Amino acid sequence: MSGSVQAFSDWLAATPASAEIQNVTWVIPTVQTLHILAISIVMSSALLIDLRVLGVISRVQPIATVVHRFLPWIWCTLVVLLLSGSTLIIGEPGRSLQNPAFVAKMSMLVIVILLTLSFQLGLRRDAHFWETSPGRRIGGKLIAAITLLLWVAIVFAGRWIAYIDVDSA
Amino acid sequence: MDISSIFVWIHATAFATAIRESSYLFPWIESVHVLAITVVVGSIAVVDGRLLGVTSMNRSVASLASEVLPLTWIAFLAAVLTGASLFASHATGYAANLEFRMKMILLVLAGINMMTFHGVMGRATANWDESGVAPWQGRVAGSISLVLWVGIVAFGRWIGFSNVR
Repeated sequence: MSGSVQAFSDWLAATPASAEIQNVTWVIPTVQTLHILAISIVMSSALLIDLRVLGVISRVQPIATVVHRFLPWIWCTLVVLLLSGSTLIIGEPGRSLQNPAFVAKMSMLVIVILLTLSFQLGLRRDAHFWETSPGRRIGGKLIAAITLLLWVAIVFAGRWIAYIDVDSA
Repeated sequence: MDISSIFVWIHATAFATAIRESSYLFPWIESVHVLAITVVVGSIAVVDGRLLGVTSMNRSVASLASEVLPLTWIAFLAAVLTGASLFASHATGYAANLEFRMKMILLVLAGINMMTFHGVMGRATANWDESGVAPWQGRVAGSISLVLWVGIVAFGRWIGFSNVR
């Protein structure tokens, strides 16, 4: 498995696109800036949704209203993140693909997406889905707390990609 | 006493030295700094989007701001504390760094923009609450704010690609 990742990484590093991204000095910082701005939108949207579900803020607004307001921003901005993130990987595949921080980041991203989808699916069925029984109320709050922690951990893991030396890891 | 000797002093404090010499303190503090900035910028963008008439149009500016801005201020405090710690670890280097100076200038401008907006519009916001689109002053302040914060993030990221030390 890690052999094929290595082979893919080497192949990617040898592509003209990778060389271009590395040689034009402003590309990586610019794309990283875009990546951070997109994370700002996702992080703040998730924070506002999760704090509402946890009952910390906006209690006058129904959960469905807050989710309807901010969740589309998360999905749309995730596309920007995948595109900018892919650009950074193409530029420096050796830095990321076999980096434990990157692997952890992607694993947590998959979990957070699944949790968010399951929360959204509940609301699709019924706008009060997460409030109709004590069990669901706890379930909804649990999902909100876990997704919030995962987003925080994803930001941390993202920054740590820069500090974990892949060769020694 | 000239200002550069203050940076030399900060650089030499036990606190700054501990961050500089540790292999994990700087990345951890930086991680919290980035997290705090994402909340600051994202939550300000929520308010700016409303001022520009793009988002949250079913809500009044005042109620949206009173809900979102406390989060902004908590995150801003965290960003300042972590940012000051990172600065201290290489105080002389950052003080001389062009990207860092630009970031600080834009930060001051963002503060001036915010205070001007509150000074000019403070009492009036209650009146244009529910009326939908904000007056031009609000739209101007929102646009300036967005541009400045994009610049702050960009210069912040560029510090990492310049030589500080």
